Amino acid sequence: MADLQALYQEIILDHNKNPRNFRVLPDADRVVDAYNPLCGDHYTLYVRLDGDRIADVTFQGSGCAISKASASVMSTVLKGKSIADAQKIFEVFHQLVRGEFKGERDLEHLGKIAAFAGVSEFPTRVKCAILAWHAVRGAVSANEQTVTTE
Amino acid sequence: MSISPDANKPASDQALFDVERIRRDFPLLTATVHGRPLVYFDNAATSQKPSVVIEAERHYYQTENANVHRGVHALSERATAEYEEVRRLVARFLNAESEREIIFVRGATEAINLVASSFGRMAVKAGDEILVTAMEHHSNIVPWQLLCGEKGATLRVVPMNDAGEVLLDEYERLLTPKTRLVALAHVSNALGTVNPVRRMIEAAHRSGIPVLLDGAQAVPHLRVDVRELDCDFYVLSSHKLFGPTGVGVLYGRERLLDAMPPYQGGGDMIRSVTFEKTTFNELPYKFEAGTPNIAGTIAFGEAIRYVSALPWPAVMAHEDALLREATIALGTINGTRIIGTAAEKVGVLSFLMDGIHPHDIGTILDQYGVAVRTGHHCAQPVMDRYGIPATARASFAFYNTREEISVFADALKRVKEVFG
Repeated sequence: MADLQALYQEIILDHNKNPRNFRVLPDADRVVDAYNPLCGDHYTLYVRLDGDRIADVTFQGSGCAISKASASVMSTVLKGKSIADAQKIFEVFHQLVRGEFKGERDLEHLGKIAAFAGVSEFPTRVKCAILAWHAVRGAVSANEQTVTTE
Repeated sequence: MSISPDANKPASDQALFDVERIRRDFPLLTATVHGRPLVYFDNAATSQKPSVVIEAERHYYQTENANVHRGVHALSERATAEYEEVRRLVARFLNAESEREIIFVRGATEAINLVASSFGRMAVKAGDEILVTAMEHHSNIVPWQLLCGEKGATLRVVPMNDAGEVLLDEYERLLTPKTRLVALAHVSNALGTVNPVRRMIEAAHRSGIPVLLDGAQAVPHLRVDVRELDCDFYVLSSHKLFGPTGVGVLYGRERLLDAMPPYQGGGDMIRSVTFEKTTFNELPYKFEAGTPNIAGTIAFGEAIRYVSALPWPAVMAHEDALLREATIALGTINGTRIIGTAAEKVGVLSFLMDGIHPHDIGTILDQYGVAVRTGHHCAQPVMDRYGIPATARASFAFYNTREEISVFADALKRVKEVFG
C-alpha cells in the first residue's frame, strides 16, 4: 500500500491528531468560513494582519485528516510571512497537490508542505487539501466571508 | 428484515440461493480496483447491472431503434410494443390495478417533483401542510419546500428516535385537517430503516390524507405491492433496481392521476393542439411529454424480469445474513458506532470510527478494493439529527457475499492501523 503511505504521511497524521493553532483568535482581522458541502468539512479560519505581514493564523472546525492537517500545516507555515510570500506559497501548494509542481524534484526545501505531494494521486482528495488554503488566500486578498471549494 | 437471528426462516433458503451463480450475471463484479477484487458496497447509491440489461440496450439500438407512439412503420410499432410491455411488467411488479397508473419518468426524484408540481397545484394552498419524516433524502424534502414556498404552505417533519425509527405518536399528532399529503421513505437511504408504512398509511387515510412512498431504497430489497400497502403514490428509480440510469416510475392511484393537471407540456402528452386550446392525452401519456428514454425503459424491463425471477425469500434471507454478519464484524472493531439501528432495517450500514473522518475511511477502503459511500448521503437533516457531519455507509445487494464482508472488516482494521 505504497499509495496510502504517500497520502497519509507521518506529518499529516500528526497534524490531524494534534492540530497546531487550533483555537479562536479573538483579535483576528479576518475571519473566514471554509466549507465543503460534499463531505461536510467545515472550518473557521482566523487571520491577524500586521501591515502587509500575516502575524497569526488559527483555525477551528472539523473535517477529514487531509483537510485538518492541511489547515494545521498552513497555519504554521504562513505565520510571520508577508502577504506576497504567502501568495507564492499558496501557488506552490496548489501545484503540489494537483501534481503540477514543476520545481526541483527534491521537495526538501518546501518543508512540511511537501508532505501533501501524495494527495495528487487521489483526485477526490485534492479539494480536502486545498480547502483551508483557498479560504485564507481569499481572506487576505479580498473580503470573502465564506469560501467553498465547489 | 430484523437483524436478530430468525428461527422461523427455512434452512433451505440459503441453499436455494447460489450467490456465485448470481454474480456471474453481473460482469462488473469481476473487476479489480487498485489491483484487488472489487467489493461493491455502494448499492444504495446505484446497483450493478446484469448482462441481460446491458445487452437489452445494445440490442434495442442495433435492431429496433425508432420513436414510440408515432410512426406507422414496423420499427416504430415494435419499439412502441416493447416500451408498453414494460409498463405492463411494472404494473404487475408493483401489483398496480392498471398500467394507466404507471408513469415513466427519469427517476424517483423526477417522480416526486411531478407529484409536488401537479398534485401540489391541484390540492395545496396557503396555510396547508405537507408532512415528511426526519429521515428523508433531499429529493423528498426539496420539492416540497419549493411547493410550500410557492403556495405559502408549511412543511412539517415527523421526528425519529436515536435508533432511526419514526415516532408514531408524534406522526399521528402531526396529521391534522391542514395536512394535504404525507411523503415518506419506505426505506431510509442513510439509515436502512424500513418504516412501518402500512400502519402510517392507515393512519393518514383515516383522515382522508393521501400518502406518497419514496420506494427508491425499498424495491432492491423488498417485494412491494401497492394495493396491499394501499399507498396513493409510489416512486422508484430503475438504476437502484439493477436497471439503467435515467428511468424511473411514478405509480399513482388512477383517480388521483386523472384529476391532476399535466406536469410538463410537449409532444405525446396531448390529444390535440391549436394555438387557442390544447386537450391532453389520457393516462398515462398525459404525464409523459417528449420522447422518453426508450432504450433505458426496455432494458429496465429486463431488470424487472431478472429480479422477479429471483427466489425472493432466499434473497431476503441472504441479505439479512450479510447485514447481520457486517453488523457483528463492525462490533468487533473498537471505536466503531453504527448510525441507524432500527429493529426493521435492510442491508444499509452507516457507521463512524472514533477520531477518523468518514472521508478517510472511504479512501483507505478504496485502496483495498472496497467501494463505500462517505458523506451526508443527500440526507443532511439526518446527519444534523445525530450531530455528525457525515458517515461511511456500506450498502449491500443480493450479489454480495460473506467473503466480501471479511475483506471489508479486514480493510477497516487497516484503517485503524493507519490512524494508530
